Amino acid sequence: MREVAVIGVGCTKFGEKWETSFRNLFVEAGALALEDANLSGEQIDEIFVGNMSAGRFVEQEHIGALIADYAGLATDNIPATRVEAACASGGLSFRQAYTAVASGMSDIVVAAGVEKMTDVGTEVTTDVLAAAADREWEGIAGITFPGLYAMIATEYMHRYGLTREQLAQVAVKNHDNGAKNPNAQFRKPITLDTVISSTLVADPLRLFDCSPVTDGAAAVILAPLERAREFTDTPIKVLGAGQASSTIALHDRKDICTLDATVAAGNRAFQMARVERKDIGFVEVHDCFTIAEICAIEDLGFCKKGEAGKLTEEGQTAIGGKIPINPSGGLKACGHPVGATGVKQVYETVKQLRGDAKGRQIDTEIGMTHNVGGTGATVVCHIFGRV
Amino acid sequence: MSVARFWRKQQNRYNLIGTRCTTCGKYFYPPRGFCPDCRREGKIVDHQFKGTGKVVTYSIIRSSSGNFKLLTPYVLAIIELDEGTRLTSHLVCDIDQVYIGMPVRRVFRKLGEDGSSGAIFYGTKFVPA
Repeated sequence: MREVAVIGVGCTKFGEKWETSFRNLFVEAGALALEDANLSGEQIDEIFVGNMSAGRFVEQEHIGALIADYAGLATDNIPATRVEAACASGGLSFRQAYTAVASGMSDIVVAAGVEKMTDVGTEVTTDVLAAAADREWEGIAGITFPGLYAMIATEYMHRYGLTREQLAQVAVKNHDNGAKNPNAQFRKPITLDTVISSTLVADPLRLFDCSPVTDGAAAVILAPLERAREFTDTPIKVLGAGQASSTIALHDRKDICTLDATVAAGNRAFQMARVERKDIGFVEVHDCFTIAEICAIEDLGFCKKGEAGKLTEEGQTAIGGKIPINPSGGLKACGHPVGATGVKQVYETVKQLRGDAKGRQIDTEIGMTHNVGGTGATVVCHIFGRV
Repeated sequence: MSVARFWRKQQNRYNLIGTRCTTCGKYFYPPRGFCPDCRREGKIVDHQFKGTGKVVTYSIIRSSSGNFKLLTPYVLAIIELDEGTRLTSHLVCDIDQVYIGMPVRRVFRKLGEDGSSGAIFYGTKFVPA
């Protein structure tokens, strides 16, 4: 297997982008990544695009072909493949691109992710996202995504004594980070009171415990490490990759409070990268809800089960803390265009490792990403390092 | 949900009929046609569940879509049946009545409808026992 590096990254601003269409979101992110890598389109061997539900959000399937066409790459007949794993579609798109380059099948590969969520109303969005759970046995019972994570939170608070303030601190910290990220959807710091006094969505989760509905796209370009310096002075190497599956339904998990696929994917990535938890300078985790960040910190092995609330409260997950989590602002503040999030996490990690994360820079050699589909039925982790 | 899609699971939903693996003795509701522990060695048969259990965890849903929109706020719960398997259900009770460990039993209820002229779906929900 060949060693692989990221040689270029691009990301649109995240937010409610009424003026931008699905296809233009992708084209914008792709062009930024190409420019960053000093590449021209015809040098690309292959494209992967993560997308959860263009079929329901913009009534468009056949996304691979559409983006190849509008990125001007259909004239060269460049192959393009859509990858879907609900909210882990982006991370999985990156993994597919990584395996394509590592295997020697392709050299220059684009891993992109895109989602256009605001062309439908909130009620439709709720229903589309519910399709990441088990439609026949959870959907029919009246689940919503906040509701599923709320059930994790209820049990977690009951078992470990996590406080309302500790949970709210996750959102406060991510908004602080988002305020320093020019691509973030929300760039305003908030207080514990903002979270605790916001509308209840699914008890105990309130509006400010939830990631927003977002339009956005991100794209990164991968190449064999041995060729990386043809394109950039600062290639970022993929040190480890881990993917794992678990039960589609939350009720079938061995432990409601543990995403066992996070444990497995994390361990696989660490094993491959041959690094320790203490070597990791920051993690971009999948904080679709505040409770999800708490679980992720523990399930990735950065503290014991039940301790992430205290870690967060003490400021250890903030920039400058022991293990900074979500310097980009995370899904909570940067926004969560579901198919793009996993690739945006890679974008942020590369920016950090290059030393380009102005205002929110963490001085480190190694960073990690963690992308979750559904309530943890698919998890994709990657570990990156400076060369 | 289309009529055929609902109809093929009607016995399961109406009567709380799931499955059991006779090789390992594990119970499945929602039903599985393949035992994830025994795999090829497993033998799956239908099983009628008693319909009693307890609340593992819950949430009060304040914002929902489709058939559940009019029910808000309602209690959503993961329930462990006495036989050991878990399922997700709307729990029909007051929102301040539910607690972890609460005993529950099954009831037959309307689950939803396909618009004002479409099929009406019925099935199992739970109430405090």
